[in-house]
Amino acid sequence: MSTDKVVGLLFFLCTSFTVLAQDDLMKMLDEETSKDAKPDYTTATFKSTRLINGQSVENVAGGVLDFRISHRFGYINSGAYELWGLDNATTRIGLDYGLSNRWMIGVGRSTYLKQYDGFTKFKLLRQSSGSKTIPLTVSAVASMIYKSVHFDDPTRENYYTSNMLYAFQLLLARKFSEGVSFQLMPTMVHVNLAPGTSPNDLYSIGVGGRIKISKRVSINAEYYYQLPGFKWENTFNSVAFGVDIETGGHVFQLQFTNSTGMTEPTFINQTTGDFWNGDIHFGFNISRVFTIKDPRKK
Amino acid sequence: MKKVLLSLIICVLYLQASAQANYMTRNGQISFFSKTSMENIDAVNNEVTSIINTGTGEIVYAVLVKSFRFEKALMEEHFNENYMESDKFPKSTFSGKLTNLSAIDFKKNGSYPATVEGDMTIHGIKQHVTASGTIVVNGNKISITSTFSIKLADYKIEVPSLVAEKIAESIEVKVNCQYEPKS
Repeated sequence: MSTDKVVGLLFFLCTSFTVLAQDDLMKMLDEETSKDAKPDYTTATFKSTRLINGQSVENVAGGVLDFRISHRFGYINSGAYELWGLDNATTRIGLDYGLSNRWMIGVGRSTYLKQYDGFTKFKLLRQSSGSKTIPLTVSAVASMIYKSVHFDDPTRENYYTSNMLYAFQLLLARKFSEGVSFQLMPTMVHVNLAPGTSPNDLYSIGVGGRIKISKRVSINAEYYYQLPGFKWENTFNSVAFGVDIETGGHVFQLQFTNSTGMTEPTFINQTTGDFWNGDIHFGFNISRVFTIKDPRKK
Repeated sequence: MKKVLLSLIICVLYLQASAQANYMTRNGQISFFSKTSMENIDAVNNEVTSIINTGTGEIVYAVLVKSFRFEKALMEEHFNENYMESDKFPKSTFSGKLTNLSAIDFKKNGSYPATVEGDMTIHGIKQHVTASGTIVVNGNKISITSTFSIKLADYKIEVPSLVAEKIAESIEVKVNCQYEPKS
């Protein structure tokens, strides 16, 4: 082989190598970025921090204030004289705030039983894929309620602690796909004063879910099953069907439910309406968020 | 024999040069602005990855859509959920070439106007685009800045009429990346 040929071959090899290297700059970038891949946390399992009556695994983001008005009209089966329930209403006005992206607190006042309530919700686990796979989002909720309504029997010795109620919930949710999410809610409610010989600790389990019918509208359902032996007399399990509509900074939730109360002990354990008998409230929740702290500024 | 040796040396130098010709960043910045009379929206992404080959003028960008940060958490959620559909289209990319490579001397410090042409993929839609910017060479560091605008309709990003007044049809995009030689 002549030296010229060797030189030529060398040059050819050199240049072809570099051409190969340049060909796949995008592939190179992909390889580089896959090295520092981070877990991809699932977002927007539900549209709102409330599924319908109860809590969802969603939180308001850190530094965000959420002003909520929840409203339930009277029973639909109350007849034309009551304009099928529209003449009556109970309301809860609440303020929620995100201390961080995983921890939120909230307070509220309900007209029903003149309740004051406060709660805190913390995300223990976040569903994620990618470099870390977690199948579920798990949140813990604790709430405290004070009924300021006058005692049924003012003649006997009453303690203000008798009007305290507590609820503890674990929320286990999974977003199965873009449009389908489910949630399980094991719940324990403690009431300081129970009627008759009824238990003070009440266990129940809730199930709920949503199906998105468009990018901004979803259909939700929620049901709480009171475990046998932990159900007060003349109460029914809470049933609710709803629609979430999202418009910019607002979320509107419209629902049909047999529950009058909007705090856990009142809607889970003290629902007196029979959904299947037409004791149904039409209602809505309106949520408006205000950003108090810009998340990009430390 | 001298010839072979010389050519070998040239080859090695050439290979080395082409190996060093790749410059990379992992924390480049891309921000965008939507200005309307109703609302201004801006978001910034500080985790942009990009490689530029100074030998061929090829340049590629990859942007994780979920890494854009907004002033309001709900905006970020809606951006990912409703507009960009980030679960379906997690990445936006650009793959192109400098069209005035000969006018840029990557070995000499200075500021050079640059134009680039290539394919931009956003929301799963690929468009052929051109943009201009500035390349600053400082020792073995390269910085690239560019401002251009994109039309949401070109990438089939739908804005419902209810919020159409709050989101501009044309979005201004700013790129600011500092590159270092890729090892």
